[in-house]
Amino acid sequence: MSMTQTQRLNQVVKTVPAWPIYIVGILPGAWLFYQAVSNNLGADPLKALEHQLGEWALQLLIATLLITPLRDLFKINLIKYRRAIGLLAFFYALGHLLTYLWLDQQWWWAAIWKDITKRPYIIIGMVSFLAMVPLAITSNNRSIRKLGPITWRKLHQLTYIVVPLAALHFVLLKKTWQLEPILYLCVGLLLVGYRFWRKRSV
Amino acid sequence: AKSLDAVKSDYTVDTEITPRDAATTYNNFYEFGTGKGDPLANAHTLTTDPWSVEIGGMVNNAGTYGLDDILKDVTLEERIYRFRCVEAWSMVVPWIGFSLSELLKKADPQSGAKYVAFETLYRPEEMPGQNNSRFPYPYVEGLRLDEAMNPLAMIATGMYGEELPNQNGAPLRLVVPWKYGFKSIKSIVKITLTDEQPPTTWNLIADNEYGFYSNVNPEVDHPRWSQASERPIGGGLFAKRIPTLMFNGYADEVASLYSGMDLRTNF
Repeated sequence: MSMTQTQRLNQVVKTVPAWPIYIVGILPGAWLFYQAVSNNLGADPLKALEHQLGEWALQLLIATLLITPLRDLFKINLIKYRRAIGLLAFFYALGHLLTYLWLDQQWWWAAIWKDITKRPYIIIGMVSFLAMVPLAITSNNRSIRKLGPITWRKLHQLTYIVVPLAALHFVLLKKTWQLEPILYLCVGLLLVGYRFWRKRSV
Repeated sequence: AKSLDAVKSDYTVDTEITPRDAATTYNNFYEFGTGKGDPLANAHTLTTDPWSVEIGGMVNNAGTYGLDDILKDVTLEERIYRFRCVEAWSMVVPWIGFSLSELLKKADPQSGAKYVAFETLYRPEEMPGQNNSRFPYPYVEGLRLDEAMNPLAMIATGMYGEELPNQNGAPLRLVVPWKYGFKSIKSIVKITLTDEQPPTTWNLIADNEYGFYSNVNPEVDHPRWSQASERPIGGGLFAKRIPTLMFNGYADEVASLYSGMDLRTNF
């Protein structure tokens, strides 16, 4: 992209607020749930819903990690949208977890407890989700002020753990090694690795 | 698909039959892709006519049997079986076919034979998933001979009153209702009687997760999930989980095959 196009894009970003992202972002999830309820997602609507919510959460998480390299390497500044994208990722992860607890395991706590304590891919998924909770809670200006920007930034570096774990959770749930989840893991690791490389080279 | 005449049999279950739409659109047949919808989308390329099955090894009547040749001596019957996938979902399917023992008797196993090995067609130009080198094709499965001779073990050539759709393993497949679904090998081209336990595909891929026997057993979990209950497919988003039954509900017929065996180690 030429410099003028980048500048033009950054100008547009200045005029487009972040709040519509929440509305537009939640629509696919709501639509998918409606489709699942109306039995339009094939023979196994539960798995279709569960997997799609999880995959969207992972894609949104990766999108949050793309903001910084886009700014560094291409001078495209989308930072004002990062909070909305991150919170959407959390909502989709929450939807994914609730689908598992409610529709998949049907609040059958004995089985859920066994899953959470015994099965590596579930444990990894849960850890990834739990690490997102403080990030979601502190994704507001008041928390930045209260924690101070340095502590806040440190806390939000948890994302560097959340994303690879979420991708690993996806890799491990498949019966065989499959390309798609492995690609997510590679992209996630690459984006986290970029942070460390950048820190060292500054 | 072409409709098939079959006599009703006594094999039935008291739960609802899975809608045909679900049973023919939600399949594991990795030869056509790993997604549940891939077999429906891709299996139309499979040529199922002509078809023959090579029966060999420790049998007195070794040979290549054409499909018509196999079917001319048997009476097709409809059997409604529970079908339990190792992934913890289940269906109830009205299969059409005959007991595997009838085919084996035709081949006349020799007295030393102890196992039956099965092999799926290997034809990568028609089965795109077979180009995936991470999977040891052709797909192979096996049973102990006494398991294979149990009247429940059947060769199916149809379901829901019609010939088998390609994605369900046309033109003939195994159905072993007390074992996890992957034992019910599809699109069979080769049957070999041996005195040694034959290799089986999922066991080759992950022997800690999939054993040779793979009997449905609610008490022995898969390392990554519980096998205590199952989700019936075809009942929509809010379908209730149901408890999984020992030997998938066929304990009366098959439990004696495993008397004295530790089913935790022989999983």
